[in-house]
Amino acid sequence: MDGLSAWLALLVMGAYHGLNPGMGWLFAVALGLQQQDGRAIGRSLIPISLGHMAALAVIAALLGVGQALWHLGSLRSLTALALVAVGSYKLFRYSRHPRWFGMRVNAGQLFAWSFLMAGAHGAGLMAAPFLLGLGGATAFAIACAAQLGLDHSLPAALRPEAVAPLAVWAAAIGLHTLAMLGVMALVAHLVYRKFGLMVLRWGWINFDLIWAAALLVVGGIAFVHAV
Amino acid sequence: MLCPNAAHPHVERRYLVVPGLRSSRVYIIDTKPDPTRPTIVKVIEPEEIAERTGYAKGHTVHCGPDGIYLSALGNPAGDGPGGIFVLDHESFDVLGRWEIDRGDQYLHYDFWWHLGYDTMISSEWGTPKMVENGVQGDLLLGGRYGHQLHIWDLYRRRHRQTIDLGTEHQIALELRPAHDPTKAYGFVNSVVSLKDLSSSIWLWHRHNGEWDAHKVITIPAEPAREEQLPPILKPFKAVPPLVSDIDLSVDDRFLYVACWGTGELQQYDVSDPFAPKLAGSVRIGGIVRGAGHPAVRGELNGGPQMVEVSRDGRRVYFTNSLYLPWDAQFYPAGIRSWMVKLDANPEGGLEFDPRFFVDFGDLRAHQIRLQGGDASSDSYCFP
Repeated sequence: MDGLSAWLALLVMGAYHGLNPGMGWLFAVALGLQQQDGRAIGRSLIPISLGHMAALAVIAALLGVGQALWHLGSLRSLTALALVAVGSYKLFRYSRHPRWFGMRVNAGQLFAWSFLMAGAHGAGLMAAPFLLGLGGATAFAIACAAQLGLDHSLPAALRPEAVAPLAVWAAAIGLHTLAMLGVMALVAHLVYRKFGLMVLRWGWINFDLIWAAALLVVGGIAFVHAV
Repeated sequence: MLCPNAAHPHVERRYLVVPGLRSSRVYIIDTKPDPTRPTIVKVIEPEEIAERTGYAKGHTVHCGPDGIYLSALGNPAGDGPGGIFVLDHESFDVLGRWEIDRGDQYLHYDFWWHLGYDTMISSEWGTPKMVENGVQGDLLLGGRYGHQLHIWDLYRRRHRQTIDLGTEHQIALELRPAHDPTKAYGFVNSVVSLKDLSSSIWLWHRHNGEWDAHKVITIPAEPAREEQLPPILKPFKAVPPLVSDIDLSVDDRFLYVACWGTGELQQYDVSDPFAPKLAGSVRIGGIVRGAGHPAVRGELNGGPQMVEVSRDGRRVYFTNSLYLPWDAQFYPAGIRSWMVKLDANPEGGLEFDPRFFVDFGDLRAHQIRLQGGDASSDSYCFP
């Protein structure tokens, strides 16, 4: 997969994670209703986003270590295997998840909640093949710069010899999280201000199955790219 | 079911979970393929419950955070403590005992929660030995039945506080917290006062982080002649209201109170929960009165017992049987079981639906659950 499609995939995946009620918008709406204050939604979505970001950062760090230990091809196969395993598990046992959190939560607990949700549900893992695909993104950026005759004036961070994949990944994770935050804020806003909770009574879909399917699809893509 | 802080917020409302108080079995009944032909899809045997939880004699069921919660009156030997155990809501496997730290709690009956306050509340009836052969006069007069409420941390599963209604107020049963999750109050009924045989309704509420309870309704006993009364009541020359169930409408505006002894269903306007106002009442059955129904001729026995209110608050259903050994003490002639429906005026007031009368004959009808949810199954409703 080329770099551009990896960036795009991470962006779309961010929006998709934002849609999943289990990733935070529903919790934010509930906290807004509980505190009878729409601003509670915004206040809670920030730590929720940061927790999601942290879960992705852990995956990125693991991939960084993995790159140092194995060939890229083996690492890709490994993530693909992990994705298929988690996806198959979720398909049949999608009700398993972390507990211990109530409705009276502070920002730190929201961060921890979101971190565990994203981690336990493979949100970070889902991003892994695309993070690996980003190697090409830097090359893409450099190629563009070269086309435009700007390669000599590239910032130090983007020079081929100085490129640290973790820096690119940080940017990618940031973009992914921003996309998620945008979608979560939009959905939470629409449910809280416009439609009200009745929409949940007739407009509900089982996101858990779609989620498991997404894990499997991404696992399939990762396999194709691994071989 | 929708739980905002769970990763899988949505669970289908499909299976009836039916505990057998006598057998300690729990039946899982599938209502989906054809609601008019529900089928038993799983039977949880008492041995499994005893082994995994130490409990027996299941009663109240609520679907809650991360599972299905069931009340158990005690242990397999018939003693306490009673408590709560949890079933997996996908596989219906028995997961275990709920309490991690039960404090001074020993007797158990009902439980429910304030999800917005991470708080569970539980009430007290008696151990299996204290209830399975009817009410024990000596235990009752000795004030040994339950009269306390327990406040729990719902997520840490620990006992936080005990609220004593006073030994005089025997048998604290049904807990009806406000459905609006921003409101931290609810109602509980005490069945009988040792002082004057009255029943009372108490309001619990959160105040400065602690919980407190006050008596807000007293329903007096009605004088009666000795020959009108069953043996257990003859010495008292009065028929107690024996409020055995209450139900709070989903909008938290009306509280329904079933007076099983006197044969009356009362409706209170509880817009101000501290000052309930009687808004409506119907009479049917009763130990002395035996009031009738427009759909049938003659007297009826039993009295209003388990009450259920539709989500829109306009329909009120109830049955007339409490529990076989208790039925026999207060209605020794035997109860002919029925179920009726009332139409509730949204502004207050009740009347019988003259066309709705279900005759169960010798079967004893107890709990009603409405398809799609009702006032005593739906944990919360944001206004």
